[in-house]
Amino acid sequence: MAGTPEEHADKKNIGIKINHLDLTVPEGITILEAAHKAGVKIPTLCHLDLHDIKMVNKTASCRVCMVELVDSKNNRNKIVPACVTKVSEGMEILTSSLRAITTRRMSVELLLSNHPNECFTCPKNRECELQALAAELGIREIRWEGERMDYPKDLSSGAIVKDSNKCIYCRRCETMCNEVQTCGILSGIGRGFDAHVGPAFNIPMVESSCTYCGQCVQVCPTAALTEVNHTDKVWEALNDPDKHVIVQTAPAIRVTIGEMFNMEPGTIVTGKLVTALKRMGFNTVFDTDFGADLTIMEEAAELIYRLNNNKTLPMLTSCCPAWVKFIEHQFPELLDIPSTCKSPHIMFGTIIKTYYAEKNGIDPDNIVIVSVMPCIAKKAETKRPELTKDEHNNVDIVVTTRELGLMIKEAGLDFESLPDSEYDKPLGETTGASVIFGTTGGVIEAAIRTAYEWITGGELKKVEFEQLRGAAGLRKATVQVGDKTLRIGIASGLGNARTLLEEIRDGKAEYEAIEIMACPGGCIAGGGQPYHHGNFEIVKKRQEAIYQEDRNKKIRKSHENSEILKLYKEYIGEPFNDTAHRLLHTHYEERERI
Amino acid sequence: MVEISNNKKLLRIALRNCGLLNPEDIFEYIALGGYESLGKAITQMTQDQVIDEIKKSGLRGRGGGGFPTGLKWELTKKQKSQEKFIICNADEGDPGAFMDRSILEGDPHSVLEAMAIGGYAIGARKGLIYIRAEYPLAIARLSTALQQAGENGLLGENIFGTDFSFDIYLKYGAGAFVCGEETALINSCEGKRGEPNYKPPYPVEEGYWGYPTCVNNVETFANIAPIITKGAQWFASLGTEKCKGTKVFALVGKIKNVGVIEVPMGTTLREIIYDIGGGIPGGRKFKAVQTGGPSGGVIGEANLDTPMDYDSLISIGSMMGSGGMIIMDETDNMVKIAKFYLEFTMDESCGRCTPCRIGTKRLYEILNKITSRKGTMADLDALKQLAYMVKDGSLCGLGQTAPNPVISTMKYFWDEYLAFIKDVDHPRGEGRYTAKNKIGIRS
Ligand SMILES: Cc1cc2nc3c(=O)[nH]c(=O)nc-3n(C[C@H](O)[C@H](O)[C@H](O)COP(=O)(O)O)c2cc1C
Ligand code: SF4
Ligand code: SF4
Ligand code: FES
Repeated sequence: MAGTPEEHADKKNIGIKINHLDLTVPEGITILEAAHKAGVKIPTLCHLDLHDIKMVNKTASCRVCMVELVDSKNNRNKIVPACVTKVSEGMEILTSSLRAITTRRMSVELLLSNHPNECFTCPKNRECELQALAAELGIREIRWEGERMDYPKDLSSGAIVKDSNKCIYCRRCETMCNEVQTCGILSGIGRGFDAHVGPAFNIPMVESSCTYCGQCVQVCPTAALTEVNHTDKVWEALNDPDKHVIVQTAPAIRVTIGEMFNMEPGTIVTGKLVTALKRMGFNTVFDTDFGADLTIMEEAAELIYRLNNNKTLPMLTSCCPAWVKFIEHQFPELLDIPSTCKSPHIMFGTIIKTYYAEKNGIDPDNIVIVSVMPCIAKKAETKRPELTKDEHNNVDIVVTTRELGLMIKEAGLDFESLPDSEYDKPLGETTGASVIFGTTGGVIEAAIRTAYEWITGGELKKVEFEQLRGAAGLRKATVQVGDKTLRIGIASGLGNARTLLEEIRDGKAEYEAIEIMACPGGCIAGGGQPYHHGNFEIVKKRQEAIYQEDRNKKIRKSHENSEILKLYKEYIGEPFNDTAHRLLHTHYEERERI
Repeated sequence: MVEISNNKKLLRIALRNCGLLNPEDIFEYIALGGYESLGKAITQMTQDQVIDEIKKSGLRGRGGGGFPTGLKWELTKKQKSQEKFIICNADEGDPGAFMDRSILEGDPHSVLEAMAIGGYAIGARKGLIYIRAEYPLAIARLSTALQQAGENGLLGENIFGTDFSFDIYLKYGAGAFVCGEETALINSCEGKRGEPNYKPPYPVEEGYWGYPTCVNNVETFANIAPIITKGAQWFASLGTEKCKGTKVFALVGKIKNVGVIEVPMGTTLREIIYDIGGGIPGGRKFKAVQTGGPSGGVIGEANLDTPMDYDSLISIGSMMGSGGMIIMDETDNMVKIAKFYLEFTMDESCGRCTPCRIGTKRLYEILNKITSRKGTMADLDALKQLAYMVKDGSLCGLGQTAPNPVISTMKYFWDEYLAFIKDVDHPRGEGRYTAKNKIGIRS
């Protein structure tokens, strides 16, 4: 809410009045922040303060936070938005005067008068900020009715649903897409009553350069932006006796799904998650961590290959499909630097449909693989042509953390009281290295743990690389590996990725390895995760939980995963060989920038 | 362009050269004393002296707000910045307004000269003119004027041999009314969506590409050169106590003499309509005049002796605006007039903020219901409540003033609303509405 204490430290204090109460507050803060300090809550809607990732939505467009400023000198009080108006010496603020309440209520009623008001069947039912506001303000009647927006739903992307009829034009998505992600896909289109948000010329999302990172979905207060719901496909598969339905859960799910059941953010619920999935009827419950360990085997091998053979450096990790699509659209000239490794769940999907199917005598055509992901982009990823042909038809359905949460509720499971159980074997062993894939810096740390031992031939005693951790969106560090100094860049959030890639393209900085995650903070803050509703502290707790889960693991290096070693021995051979390339690697293509 | 002349109530400052010179020949402008003020300002006066002169003249912005021009210049000059800009607002989007166009077409150099003076005063090297693309003649004349001024060393490097250099560029608007609002104008100049921003920061603090920017109206600029040559005293002696100088109006509607006029501030509406405008044609009775375009309100017979200045007009529920003046006679229906203006603002809303995006639409819908004789007393309540709330809640001047035509017609022509209502429960003329909700009711 209010800025960090350091930000205000050098500011002088001023005297103001809120609701006749004298207050001393730092100069330069907004009325909203000042009221918060005074314990007065002013409702907001368009406002969103995510200063942790350098995003503050200041459009001041919803006009819900209106307060009255007393101007006794001119006897002309003013109504101003608390979210952007800064306090000044002697300011007298009334937050619940008749005029303030009236204006506030009007804004909400007007928004409702142009809203489908189909809360019962809305994907954001009970998660919608507009709905919550109507409840909080005690709206009992909509005094002004009339024409409503009537736009078709855009489901073209297969990942994000854009339902403009629910758009309240707060422009949070636009701020996120333009300022944080620097993709510039969503922006205001149309004027007056027709104003809503969409890609330029209102082209379908699929024709735009959208990466489907879903950060817009994460911040949209209503259901104007949501993920395409694939839960029914899962229910159908689970109820098809001919199908062997295998589920895999991404590293970042175990530290977030508890929030769907009102558990404390950062609660690690791995065991309950596995039990829930088993009770829902999945034939096999796997952990994408296994795929992550496999990814590390390949990525570490690829890094060493590139280092030793003077090939293109830096090598970029390629686990994040949103970021892959980003580089394809925005930096086609750099397409030779990402690792060719498929993302972990896709790698795992391939192994399940080949090795695992063969070993267990299951026809791969009867296997349905469901990935539970923190990510909306993975829905689109699985539809990429190069990942859906023949044996590579890797993953069938992707559902987000949120979708799985709803399915567990639908299944009638009391999640919090479920006992723990373990992921299925074989292919069930996982390491601490793979768990940290869920957070920014985690993939590269995991890769270094393995590359270190492979390059030096010695044992890595301290597996934590503190220099690779942290919350900043753009971080640089060096790691000494034997006689090699590896320069490492880490970016989370696509705006930071852009900065990093521009440096590389323009030759301003050199690195050996780079990790990029499209979502600010990494997969723990993915577009498919439980809504944080603007509280980034939640994301920080998820990150702590991820590192805790790493510490809990007995094995913390991917190449010590015995199931992985067995897989290479029995099926693949050496990492980065021809078989590995055929099964576990992919390629990228240049895409237009729209 | 029609011009009304030969009337002793008229006084031409901003329009001083219009119709008297060939606007495509800089030498005619120079022959009438053109660019002398610029020469005086940059060779004989300091920046502060120029600002002081404008301040003392009492000149207030003619773009509608009436903000003191000298003060705006001073505030811009005070900003510490490597770069500053001065912008001429030639968006003129009100229906029925063509004052700025008259100046730009008739005397483009008066604006260029003033922008250079302003640029010098505030410390800007670059000026922009934001002009609507629908003004091709004005654009052509400005382009010619810019070229001639450049060729003659009156714009460009080292003007009058001083170290002051100044250039002016044209930016074209697509004709959106809201782009006349200064922050929207700046967004549009930057190639962004033409919508206003929340103020503060004001353009003088953070304007074009974040640099301190002074935005002034065409007519404001047209007053500058005479103030510099003839002195602040002279200008301040004209007009009223709080509003100095003259104002240009465009007289349209049910009036005999349609056209552009310039009169001293403080001239009454009656003088304008009857003495200058020649009264209402066809022997019909005057009913009302709308000043301030869609942002203003209607003024009826009872207030015709109000002196025209910023503050008096606001006190009777209208505003000066940029100077459009539409006269209505007894055959005009005031509810329909209100609806006409509301349709305009509804269509011109940028849509950014809720009260204006949805509120003007709802106001229009209620008015439509009323004029279709389907309205009820409750609709009148809802209309009035919403009108006040849209005023209070909107982000920029467009939304904040959009309800004025409704509010003023409800105030002065309540009867005409009642005449449409099917369930009137009051005898005509008893005038006050009842409300079932307490919240939102102001008298
Ligand atoms: C909706 C709206 C439209 C406006 N249109 C114009 C316009 O067409 N021309 C103009 O000079 N000012 C217009 N203004 C006023 C400008 O925002 C600004 O105040 C003015 O250009 C400042 O110049 P001045 O100080 O010389 O009056 C408009 C304001 C609003 C709110
Ligand atoms: S789509 Fe959602 S986030 Fe974007 S402007 Fe509309 S309501 Fe706001
Ligand atoms: S008041 Fe109207 S024109 Fe102004 S910002 Fe709001 S929607 Fe846009
Ligand atoms: S929350 Fe302040 S205007 Fe929307």
